[in-house]
Order: sequence, then structure tokens, then C-alpha cells
Amino acid sequence: MILHDLLSYELLRMIWWGLLGVLLIGFALTDGFDMGVGALLPFVGRSDVERRIAINTVGPVWEGNQVWFILGGGAIFAAWPPLYAVSFSGFYLAMFVILAAFIVRPVAFKYRSKRDYPRWRATWDWALFASGTIPALLFGVAVGNVIQGVPFHFTDDLRTIYEGAWYMKFIGLLDPFSLLAGAVSLAMLVMHGAAWLTLKAEGPVQTRARAIGSVAALLAVAAYALAGVWLAYGVEGFRIAGDYATGGPSNPLHFQVERTASWLTAYAERPWIVVAPAMGILGGLLTFLGLRAGREVSTLLFSKMAILGVISSVGLTMFPFIMPSSSDPQSSLTVWNSSSSHLTLFVMLICTAIFMPLILIYTAWVYRVLWGKVTEADVTDNAHSVY
Amino acid sequence: MEFGIVELSRLQFAMTAMYHFLFVPLTLGLSIILAIMETVYVMTNRPIWRQMTKFWGTLFGINFVLGVATGITMEFQFGMNWSYYSHYVGDIFGAPLAIEGLMAFFLEATFVGLFFFGWDKLSKQAHLIVTWLVAIGSNFSALWILIANGWMQNPVGAEFNPQTMRMEMTNFFEVLFNEVAQAKFVHTVSAGYVTASVFVIGVSAWYLLKGRHIELSRRSITVAAAFGLASAFSVVLLGDESGYSATHSQKMKLAAMEGMWHTEPAPASFTLFGLPNQDARETKYALHIPGVMGLIGTRSLTTEIPGITELVATAEDRIRSGIIAYDALIHIREARDAADPAVMATFEEHSADLGFAFLLRKYVDDPRMATEEQIVAASNDTVPKVWPLFWAFRLMVALGFGFIGTMTYFFWRASFRQMQFPRWSLRLAVAMIPAPWIAAELGWFVAEFGRQPWTVDGILPTAMSVSALSMTEVSITLAGFVLFYTVLFIIEMGLMLKYIRKGPFQDVEETEAWVKRHQNRLAGRRNADAIATPAE
Repeated sequence: MILHDLLSYELLRMIWWGLLGVLLIGFALTDGFDMGVGALLPFVGRSDVERRIAINTVGPVWEGNQVWFILGGGAIFAAWPPLYAVSFSGFYLAMFVILAAFIVRPVAFKYRSKRDYPRWRATWDWALFASGTIPALLFGVAVGNVIQGVPFHFTDDLRTIYEGAWYMKFIGLLDPFSLLAGAVSLAMLVMHGAAWLTLKAEGPVQTRARAIGSVAALLAVAAYALAGVWLAYGVEGFRIAGDYATGGPSNPLHFQVERTASWLTAYAERPWIVVAPAMGILGGLLTFLGLRAGREVSTLLFSKMAILGVISSVGLTMFPFIMPSSSDPQSSLTVWNSSSSHLTLFVMLICTAIFMPLILIYTAWVYRVLWGKVTEADVTDNAHSVY
Repeated sequence: MEFGIVELSRLQFAMTAMYHFLFVPLTLGLSIILAIMETVYVMTNRPIWRQMTKFWGTLFGINFVLGVATGITMEFQFGMNWSYYSHYVGDIFGAPLAIEGLMAFFLEATFVGLFFFGWDKLSKQAHLIVTWLVAIGSNFSALWILIANGWMQNPVGAEFNPQTMRMEMTNFFEVLFNEVAQAKFVHTVSAGYVTASVFVIGVSAWYLLKGRHIELSRRSITVAAAFGLASAFSVVLLGDESGYSATHSQKMKLAAMEGMWHTEPAPASFTLFGLPNQDARETKYALHIPGVMGLIGTRSLTTEIPGITELVATAEDRIRSGIIAYDALIHIREARDAADPAVMATFEEHSADLGFAFLLRKYVDDPRMATEEQIVAASNDTVPKVWPLFWAFRLMVALGFGFIGTMTYFFWRASFRQMQFPRWSLRLAVAMIPAPWIAAELGWFVAEFGRQPWTVDGILPTAMSVSALSMTEVSITLAGFVLFYTVLFIIEMGLMLKYIRKGPFQDVEETEAWVKRHQNRLAGRRNADAIATPAE
């Protein structure tokens, strides 16, 4: 097959770096409000009916949303196998906690209203709360760790070895900067969940969601700005040293990497990337105002803008690094040394170009069919068919 | 056998995969049965068919969600527990998993919500399309996962790249149209269809025994028996096709399944029964059927099927060749682009056997330092444990023929005996409910245990594939999964039984209105079909 030479290896890597971002953002925009609604559940819903309203706003769509997470895993495996291998085995126990949350959540949605006892429902409500809150926090913590570098190195066979005792691989993740990143992520997704509930619910559920969501929006902006200042003064960056090939074999050991004073030097080299953090902060503030004013559609769009800005700012600032190593910088994973082969990237791009537009079209159609508020009557009249 | 990180990781993978496959086959088959029932509803407009779709749909939903939830573990644990595997073959293996997400998971998951929530929001035709899309999406996901698994059994369309120390794809279409993958796909989805048919017949039989929901149950059995009969034939025939393709791609697995210790003159005999003894390399009390194995395995009377002893000798040669490849690899890795062309040529010549050199890693860090004894030991390691495979395979095949018999009987009663089923057959149907699950798990056991000691046949040994984790970490997650999955299983079974006992939700008004219309129509027609009455 010669077809794949149409696009250079370097260009394909750039495209797949962009698609990695698209997947993460797609996940945060869709499944993000599911997690947010879960985290808000005990606070916006005081009675069973109120909780069922909140749950049924995401009831018909969470399954599709969760596929962004699964596709994210699959696409990282296909396009960035070293990243898949290093990150999931490196964050082993944290990944287990996230998996547990993503396993229990679908079950909680589906089974909660299938029995009537209050204890049964209260248990599943607790499960929905935990499975929304914990991953929202841990995703941010993981990003915080990636920004600072993760302690791993490669052997000559490219086997990954992690430094430190097993418990430090879990507890060690929870350093102050990473916890701050976790706070950004949690506050942002709570804000997003509140924006969703504002659109899809009415009455007391909507009122409470707006009140809590506006606080979360301010917290998200404040924590994000604080993390920016911390990055400027307290976190070292990474840089590829010497000459290197952008279209060479995917072998991290062929590269030399050195530490720099700060990641933020990227803003001197590529000033345009300031658009991303600006969108993050502006989106957060506009969401705050929208929630206050009770605007529905525009608030959700502003919340999406904030998420888009925050996530892309991380990628753009770190480029070309995707997972640096703190203990052995030379083992760091970058766009140029941790992709699949030229052919695989090309084949996967063709598949994505065919299926991604289809997915977006039918997902949009489903959301259109489901457009409109979930009311108390919807929940009580269809007790045997809704959640 | 010492119990280390490799065994613990294998145990975790086996446990989570087999647990996942408790839910998958029912999803595969029931989604299609739902679509068939709803198609009948849309064509005939009879409310009972909609009630059937909704009732089986409720059970489908309870099962589907656990299939989704436990599938998440599958997608991520390659990276978590098998990170060297992920690095080494991710370039090929990752692609079908990602395409599965793009093409199948999104389809089924996006529309399954509308299946449950869309009855009042969509027209009848639009809802029918949604149901078919869920069924198609579910079945496509099986296609891609079996392309991925088929590549582990028969790694085609890829070669080793010494610069990146991994396998890389050379031909996507070879991976896609891998004969092992295609046969396994149809075999596996057919197994799912049989599972759902046995489930539907079993639950309906229970209602008939209790004298409840007679009309719904008879119609459900009719649909399931016809669907199940076709599927039962398909699962056995394509199982045979899998055996045929294993003859040229996975000789050792085939020999182990059959307890064929030595090459026999063609056509080889089939051992119906026997007690395989691994150390003595013989099967005691063997009951042979002459010629059958040769016919199944090669579809000829003259082609030989190699036995285990002969395959071990081949493995020993390939280990020696692999050591030469390994030596060349080390030189190429050090020289990078400047490698000596002669060394490159040596590597090219022997690189297909590189994986066999890695079998020595169990005994010695550098395969080049291996002693003669270690080479012999490593070649003996290529034989999987025979007796579990021998028995699991026979039990699975027996169950497969049992399904053909049962389905034929129910199809005959449903089609030619006015849907009247004797009580003994109903009791049998209820008792048979677990059988397809047992057969499916045995099938996976044969496929995966029979591939040992490899994760990717002839390419990467299982022992090398694991992550560098501590025993404590894997023990914690294994214990976590066991606990978690046990609780979920109990909850799921509880809900399943509750909703089966509760039975279908019947809209009385709707049914009565329809009965009136129907009677008026029947009154105007002679020879009215007695069976075409709506729900009780």
C-alpha cells in the first residue's frame, strides 16, 4: 500500500495529536455533564422525584456519552501505543478506581428505579454521586501529574519501569499541584453539569443547580488561574534537546530531553496559544453570569467553551510532549516518538474521517429527539419506562 | 507452577473476560430477537408484538448495562496489566479496538437510550429503525473484537521493526480478512444467538408451565426456535470452520485439543474419549473414530496433521533460529541507522522466529546465553496443558449438538403442532437455560488457554507481556474485581428474576380496543386463523 505516503508521517502525527485532543474534549463535553450531574445529585434533588428528574435528564444519553471514554482508550491504544502502555500501567490503582466508577455508574442509572425501597435507591444515589465526583477529580489529578512529569523509564527492550514503591504510585499522585488540577477539573465538570440541568430541568432542581453551578464556575476560574501562576513559578518544563527527526521511528530512546525553567516559555515561542487559556477563563466567567441570569442554551455553550479552552491549553502548552518522565527525561513521550506506525495512523485516520461525522450526525439527531425539559409529570407518568 | 505476577495477571484477565462474556452473548442475540419481534409488530400492527418487544427489552436492558460496564475493564486492562503487550503489538491490535468504538459502540450506545425512552417520541417506523441499529451496532462490536482476537491467534499482515522494538502493521486488509477472525466472528455471534434463543424459550417455557402469558410465550418460543435452529447449525458449522483454519495457523492448539501426541498417517482418527497424560505423552483408554479428524482438520484424505511431539521438535528449531535473530537485533539496535547490511540480512532471515527466542526469557535474561537444557525446556513449554483443552472442547461440542436437537424439536412443535409443547419439553427448556453460557465460556477457554504460552501466537510469550507491577497492586485489583463483580452479579440476577416473575406489562385498554377491531375484521372473513388472536 503506497496510499499512506500521501500524508507525511510528521503530518499524521500532528493530526493524531489533534484528534487525541478532540477525543478528550468530546469526552469532557458529553460525559462531563453526566459526571457533573452525579456530583450534584444529592444537592439538587431532595426528594425522590427531584432526583429522578435530575437522573432522567441524562438517562437516555449517558450510554452514548460514555463511549467517548471507551473510544478515548481505544484511540490512544491504536494511535499512541506507548502512551497507552505507560499511562494506564503507571496510574494503575488510580485507573482501577476510575474503572470502578465507570462500571458502577451505568448500573446505578439503570437499576436505581427498578425497586422501590428507599434504602435501595439511596445506595444507588450515593453510587451516582461517588462515580461522578471521584473520576472528575482524578482526571484532573492525572493531568497535574503529567504536567509535572511521571517517574518512569524505559529499558533497552522498551519495557516500562516505574520508580518507587507501589503505594507511592497511588498516594504520590496526590501532590498539591495535582490536587489543584483535580479541583479545576471537578469544579469545571460540576459547572457543566449545572449548566446541563439548567437547560433540561425546571423548578427547584433548576434553581439549586444554578446556585451551586455559579459557585463552581467561579471556583473553577480561580483554581485554573492559580494553577497558571503556579506553572509560571513552581513547575519545571521539558524541552527536546539537539537535532531530532519528526518523521523517524517511534522510539523515545532516540531522543535527548532536558528540563527548562517553566512550561510557559511555550507562550513566548507560540504567542497565539494564549487563545486557549483566555477561552477557558472567559468561558468560565460567562457561564457564571449565564447561570446567574438564568439563561439556558447560551450557558451550556459558554460552559463548553470553558472546557474546550482549559483542556486545549494543557495540550498546547506542553506540545510536543504528551507524557514527560520526571525521573528519566530521556524516556519522555512526545508527539514525535510515541505514535503508531505511518500505516496504522493513516488507516485510523481514514476510519475516523468516515465514522466521526456519522457519529456526530446521529448523536445530534438523538439529542434533537430528546429536546425539551424533563418534568415531574414525565417521571411520575412513565414510572415503568424511565429511570 | 510458581505463582507470580504473570499468573496473577492471567487470572485477573481470565476472570474479567469470562465475566464480561456472561452478558455479551445475550446482548448479541436478544438485540436481534427484539428487532424481529418489533418488525412483526410494525408489519402486523398487533399490540402483543409490541408488548413482547417491551418485555424482552426490559430483560435486555438489565443485561445490556452489565455488558457495557464490564466491557470498560476490557478496553483498559491491556494497558494496565499487559503494558509490554500493548507496546509490542498495539500498532496492530489497537486499531480494531478503536474502530470498534467508532463503528459499533457509538451506534449501539447512542440508540439504546432511544430504544427505551423513544416509544412515545418516535413514529413506529423510526423506533423500529432505532432497534435495528442497536442490534447491528452490538453485532459489529463482536466483529471488531474478534478481528483483534483473531490476530492474536493468527498474526498476519505485520512484521517486527527493530528500530521501535515492536510489531508494526504492513497490510491492514490481511488483518481485516484474517481467516481465523472471520470464522471466529460468525461462530461467536451464532453462539450469542443460540444463547438468546435458549433464554427466550426457557423463560417462556416457565410461563407456560405456570399457565401465565400463554399467547406471549408461545409466540416468543416460535420466534426463538426458528432463529435458534438456524443459529445452532451455524455455530457448529463455523466451529468446524475454526477447526479447519486452526489446522494451518495453530497446529499446536489443534493437536492439544485432540490429544494428538504423535503424527498419524492421514487421515488421522478422532479421539472421542480418553484420559490424556501430559508426562507420558499418551491418551489412555482412548476411543478412536478412524479418519474423522483428518477429514475435519484438513478436508482431505491425504494431508497429515502434525502431532505434539513433532511440533515440539519444530519449536526447538525455531528457538535456535530465534537466538540468531535476537543476536542480530541487539547489533541493529546499537547501530541504529548505521547497521551492517549483512547483519540486517541475517535478521530478516530469522526475524519470524524472534518470539521463540523470547520463550527463553523465563530461564535466562539473555537468550544467547541459554544452555541446551534450557532450549529443550523452552520447546517443551510450547505445549499447553492438554487434558483441560481435550475435555473442554468435547463438552462444548456435545452441548452444540444438544442445541441443534432442542431447537429442531421446538421448531417442529411451534411450526407443525400449533405451538403446543408437552410439559416435559418445557421443563427441559427451563433446565437448559445455563447450557449456552457454559458452552460459550468453554469455547473461549479452548481458544485462549490453547494459545498458551503465547499472547500472540509465535510472536510474544505471555510471560513477557505483563506490566512491571507489584504482586500487591494486582492482588488489590483482583480482589476488588472479584468483590465488585460478585455483588453486581447478585444484584443483576435479583432484578432479572424480579422482572421475569413480574412478567410483561400489558396495556389492557390498548389490547381490548385492538381485540374489537380484530374481531370485526375476522367477522367479515371466513376461515379466520385461530392462532391470530391478540394477547390474553
